[in-house]
Amino acid sequence: MASIRVKASVKDGVAEVKCLMQHEMETGTRKDSKTGELVPAHYITEVVAKHNGKVVMQANWGPAVSKNPYFAFAFKDAKAGDTLEISWVDNKGETASTETSLG
Amino acid sequence: MQATRRLILKAAVAGAALLSLPRTLLAWPKAAFESDSTDGAMKALFGATDATASDAVTLTAPDIAENGAVVPITVSTTLEGAESIGLIVSENPSPLVASFDLTSESVPEVSTRIKMGKTSDVVAVVKANGKLYSATKNVKVTIGGCGG
Repeated sequence: MASIRVKASVKDGVAEVKCLMQHEMETGTRKDSKTGELVPAHYITEVVAKHNGKVVMQANWGPAVSKNPYFAFAFKDAKAGDTLEISWVDNKGETASTETSLG
Repeated sequence: MQATRRLILKAAVAGAALLSLPRTLLAWPKAAFESDSTDGAMKALFGATDATASDAVTLTAPDIAENGAVVPITVSTTLEGAESIGLIVSENPSPLVASFDLTSESVPEVSTRIKMGKTSDVVAVVKANGKLYSATKNVKVTIGGCGG
Protein backbone atom coordinates (compact mmCIF):
# COMPACT_ATOMS: atom_id res chain seq x y z
CA MET A 1 0.00 0.00 0.00
CA ALA A 2 0.91 3.50 -0.54
CA SER A 3 2.80 5.18 2.19
CA ILE A 4 4.99 8.16 2.76
CA ARG A 5 7.63 8.34 5.45
CA VAL A 6 8.68 11.81 6.49
CA LYS A 7 11.48 13.07 8.66
CA ALA A 8 11.45 16.76 9.37
CA SER A 9 13.56 18.81 11.70
CA VAL A 10 13.62 22.54 12.36
CA LYS A 11 16.80 24.49 12.92
CA ASP A 12 16.99 28.30 13.07
CA GLY A 13 13.58 28.60 11.45
CA VAL A 14 14.44 26.33 8.53
CA ALA A 15 12.70 22.98 8.23
CA GLU A 16 14.67 20.23 6.56
CA VAL A 17 12.41 17.55 5.18
CA LYS A 18 13.29 14.10 3.94
CA CYS A 19 10.62 11.83 2.49
CA LEU A 20 10.54 8.27 1.27
CA MET A 21 7.51 7.28 -0.74
CA GLN A 22 6.49 3.77 -1.56
CA HIS A 23 5.80 3.55 -5.28
CA GLU A 24 6.75 1.27 -8.18
CA MET A 25 7.55 4.16 -10.55
CA GLU A 26 7.07 1.95 -13.62
CA THR A 27 8.39 3.63 -16.76
CA GLY A 28 6.12 1.81 -19.20
CA THR A 29 9.13 0.56 -21.16
CA ARG A 30 10.02 -2.43 -18.95
CA LYS A 31 8.97 -5.90 -20.01
CA ASP A 32 7.58 -8.46 -17.61
CA SER A 33 10.22 -11.19 -17.39
CA LYS A 34 7.61 -13.97 -17.50
CA THR A 35 5.06 -12.80 -20.04
CA GLY A 36 7.35 -10.60 -22.14
CA GLU A 37 4.66 -7.96 -22.15
CA LEU A 38 5.26 -4.31 -21.38
CA VAL A 39 4.44 -3.33 -17.83
CA PRO A 40 2.14 -0.27 -18.03
CA ALA A 41 3.55 3.03 -16.88
CA HIS A 42 2.69 3.83 -13.29
CA TYR A 43 4.49 6.68 -11.62
CA ILE A 44 3.99 9.64 -9.31
CA THR A 45 3.39 12.82 -11.27
CA GLU A 46 3.06 15.39 -8.53
CA VAL A 47 4.23 15.87 -4.98
CA VAL A 48 2.95 18.76 -2.90
CA ALA A 49 4.23 19.87 0.50
CA LYS A 50 2.08 22.13 2.64
CA HIS A 51 3.28 23.96 5.71
CA ASN A 52 0.35 24.89 8.00
CA GLY A 53 -1.88 24.47 4.95
CA LYS A 54 0.19 26.62 2.63
CA VAL A 55 2.06 25.12 -0.33
CA VAL A 56 5.82 25.48 0.18
CA MET A 57 7.11 23.06 -2.44
CA GLN A 58 5.68 21.35 -5.44
CA ALA A 59 7.42 18.74 -7.55
CA ASN A 60 6.40 17.45 -10.98
CA TRP A 61 7.86 14.06 -11.77
CA GLY A 62 8.22 11.80 -14.74
CA PRO A 63 8.87 8.06 -14.73
CA ALA A 64 12.64 8.57 -14.46
CA VAL A 65 12.47 9.25 -10.74
CA SER A 66 13.70 6.10 -9.00
CA LYS A 67 11.43 3.44 -7.55
CA ASN A 68 10.34 4.21 -3.99
CA PRO A 69 11.25 7.87 -4.46
CA TYR A 70 13.41 9.85 -2.09
CA PHE A 71 12.80 13.58 -1.92
CA ALA A 72 14.55 16.08 0.32
CA PHE A 73 13.90 19.79 0.47
CA ALA A 74 13.80 22.63 2.97
CA PHE A 75 11.68 25.67 3.70
CA LYS A 76 11.88 28.80 5.83
CA ASP A 77 9.64 30.40 8.48
CA ALA A 78 9.12 27.10 10.26
CA LYS A 79 8.92 26.31 13.95
CA ALA A 80 8.53 23.18 16.01
CA GLY A 81 4.95 21.98 16.23
CA ASP A 82 3.93 23.35 12.81
CA THR A 83 2.10 20.90 10.59
CA LEU A 84 3.57 19.55 7.40
CA GLU A 85 1.43 17.69 4.90
CA ILE A 86 3.02 15.75 2.06
CA SER A 87 0.86 14.29 -0.67
CA TRP A 88 1.33 12.73 -4.08
CA VAL A 89 -0.78 11.92 -7.11
CA ASP A 90 0.23 9.36 -9.72
CA ASN A 91 -0.61 8.96 -13.40
CA LYS A 92 -3.48 6.62 -12.57
CA GLY A 93 -5.04 9.15 -10.20
CA GLU A 94 -4.05 7.26 -7.07
CA THR A 95 -3.05 9.44 -4.17
CA ALA A 96 -1.42 9.27 -0.77
CA SER A 97 -0.81 11.83 1.88
CA THR A 98 0.59 12.10 5.34
CA GLU A 99 0.65 14.79 7.98
CA THR A 100 3.33 15.28 10.59
CA SER A 101 4.26 17.97 13.00
CA LEU A 102 7.71 19.47 12.76
CA GLY A 103 10.08 18.24 15.42
CA MET B 1 -26.04 -6.01 -20.05
CA GLN B 2 -22.76 -6.42 -18.36
CA ALA B 3 -20.97 -4.41 -21.02
CA THR B 4 -23.38 -1.53 -20.53
CA ARG B 5 -23.02 -1.63 -16.82
CA ARG B 6 -19.26 -1.61 -17.20
CA LEU B 7 -19.45 1.37 -19.52
CA ILE B 8 -21.63 3.33 -17.15
CA LEU B 9 -19.37 2.44 -14.29
CA LYS B 10 -16.34 3.53 -16.29
CA ALA B 11 -17.94 6.84 -17.19
CA ALA B 12 -18.93 7.42 -13.57
CA VAL B 13 -15.43 6.64 -12.34
CA ALA B 14 -13.87 8.88 -14.98
CA GLY B 15 -16.23 11.69 -14.09
CA ALA B 16 -15.55 11.34 -10.41
CA ALA B 17 -11.82 11.26 -11.06
CA LEU B 18 -12.04 14.45 -13.08
CA LEU B 19 -14.04 16.23 -10.43
CA SER B 20 -11.77 15.18 -7.61
CA LEU B 21 -8.57 16.14 -9.44
CA PRO B 22 -6.59 18.57 -7.38
CA ARG B 23 -6.20 21.81 -9.28
CA THR B 24 -2.47 21.30 -9.37
CA LEU B 25 -2.64 18.06 -11.34
CA LEU B 26 -3.82 19.98 -14.35
CA ALA B 27 -0.56 21.89 -14.25
CA TRP B 28 1.56 18.77 -14.76
CA PRO B 29 3.68 19.67 -17.82
CA LYS B 30 2.80 16.65 -19.97
CA ALA B 31 4.42 17.89 -23.18
CA ALA B 32 7.69 18.57 -21.37
CA PHE B 33 7.80 15.10 -19.83
CA GLU B 34 6.89 13.40 -23.10
CA SER B 35 9.42 15.25 -25.22
CA ASP B 36 12.24 13.02 -26.52
CA SER B 37 14.82 15.80 -26.73
CA THR B 38 16.47 18.10 -24.21
CA ASP B 39 15.58 21.18 -26.27
CA GLY B 40 11.98 20.03 -26.65
CA ALA B 41 11.65 19.47 -22.91
CA MET B 42 13.25 22.83 -22.12
CA LYS B 43 10.98 24.64 -24.54
CA ALA B 44 7.85 22.95 -23.19
CA LEU B 45 8.82 23.52 -19.58
CA PHE B 46 10.48 26.93 -19.61
CA GLY B 47 9.50 28.30 -23.02
CA ALA B 48 13.15 28.71 -23.98
CA THR B 49 16.21 26.57 -24.61
CA ASP B 50 19.00 29.03 -23.95
CA ALA B 51 20.16 28.49 -20.37
CA THR B 52 23.33 30.25 -19.29
CA ALA B 53 25.89 28.03 -17.58
CA SER B 54 26.31 29.48 -14.10
CA ASP B 55 28.42 28.89 -11.01
CA ALA B 56 25.40 29.96 -8.99
CA VAL B 57 23.78 26.62 -9.81
CA THR B 58 25.25 23.60 -8.05
CA LEU B 59 24.57 20.10 -9.28
CA THR B 60 25.81 17.29 -7.07
CA ALA B 61 25.90 13.88 -8.71
CA PRO B 62 28.30 10.93 -8.65
CA ASP B 63 31.08 10.76 -11.30
CA ILE B 64 30.24 7.11 -11.84
CA ALA B 65 26.87 5.54 -11.07
CA GLU B 66 27.23 1.81 -10.71
CA ASN B 67 23.48 1.36 -10.71
CA GLY B 68 21.62 3.60 -13.16
CA ALA B 69 18.32 2.79 -11.43
CA VAL B 70 19.27 4.85 -8.39
CA VAL B 71 21.45 7.90 -9.01
CA PRO B 72 21.44 10.44 -6.16
CA ILE B 73 21.14 14.04 -7.34
CA THR B 74 21.13 17.32 -5.45
CA VAL B 75 20.50 20.69 -7.06
CA SER B 76 20.92 23.97 -5.27
CA THR B 77 21.37 27.58 -6.22
CA THR B 78 22.52 30.84 -4.68
CA LEU B 79 20.47 32.85 -7.20
CA GLU B 80 18.01 35.27 -5.63
CA GLY B 81 14.39 34.79 -6.66
CA ALA B 82 14.72 31.24 -7.99
CA GLU B 83 11.27 30.16 -9.19
CA SER B 84 11.76 26.65 -10.45
CA ILE B 85 14.30 23.92 -10.98
CA GLY B 86 14.35 21.47 -13.89
CA LEU B 87 16.33 18.25 -13.92
CA ILE B 88 17.27 16.75 -17.27
CA VAL B 89 19.16 13.61 -18.32
CA SER B 90 20.05 14.25 -21.96
CA GLU B 91 20.39 10.60 -23.03
CA ASN B 92 17.24 9.28 -21.38
CA PRO B 93 14.38 8.40 -23.78
CA SER B 94 12.43 11.26 -22.20
CA PRO B 95 15.10 13.66 -20.92
CA LEU B 96 13.01 15.60 -18.39
CA VAL B 97 13.17 13.77 -15.06
CA ALA B 98 11.59 16.24 -12.69
CA SER B 99 10.76 19.87 -12.14
CA PHE B 100 10.33 21.64 -8.85
CA ASP B 101 8.21 24.73 -8.33
CA LEU B 102 9.66 26.82 -5.55
CA THR B 103 7.78 29.28 -3.38
CA SER B 104 8.97 32.28 -1.42
CA GLU B 105 9.39 29.97 1.60
CA SER B 106 11.45 27.38 -0.28
CA VAL B 107 15.12 26.97 0.34
CA PRO B 108 16.35 26.52 -3.25
CA GLU B 109 17.82 23.07 -2.77
CA VAL B 110 16.28 19.71 -3.66
CA SER B 111 17.57 16.15 -3.54
CA THR B 112 16.16 13.04 -5.13
CA ARG B 113 17.19 9.80 -6.79
CA ILE B 114 16.78 9.26 -10.50
CA LYS B 115 17.08 6.60 -13.22
CA MET B 116 19.63 6.87 -16.00
CA GLY B 117 19.52 4.55 -19.01
CA LYS B 118 23.17 5.09 -19.88
CA THR B 119 26.09 7.47 -19.47
CA SER B 120 24.78 10.97 -19.97
CA ASP B 121 25.03 14.64 -19.21
CA VAL B 122 22.81 15.58 -16.29
CA VAL B 123 21.60 19.17 -16.52
CA ALA B 124 20.11 21.23 -13.72
CA VAL B 125 18.25 24.30 -14.93
CA VAL B 126 17.17 27.07 -12.58
CA LYS B 127 14.71 29.74 -13.56
CA ALA B 128 15.26 32.97 -11.67
CA ASN B 129 13.82 36.39 -12.51
CA GLY B 130 12.64 35.11 -15.87
CA LYS B 131 16.07 33.88 -16.94
CA LEU B 132 17.50 30.37 -17.17
CA TYR B 133 20.75 29.26 -15.58
CA SER B 134 22.25 25.80 -15.69
CA ALA B 135 24.89 23.43 -14.40
CA THR B 136 25.89 20.27 -16.24
CA LYS B 137 27.71 17.17 -15.13
CA ASN B 138 28.51 14.00 -17.05
CA VAL B 139 27.65 10.87 -15.08
CA LYS B 140 29.05 7.53 -16.21
CA VAL B 141 26.57 4.68 -15.82
CA THR B 142 27.86 1.12 -15.42
CA ILE B 143 24.49 -0.65 -15.44
CA GLY B 144 21.53 1.14 -17.03
CA GLY B 145 18.45 1.78 -14.94
CA CYS B 146 15.57 1.71 -17.37
CA GLY B 147 14.93 -2.01 -17.12
CA GLY B 148 13.84 -4.22 -20.00
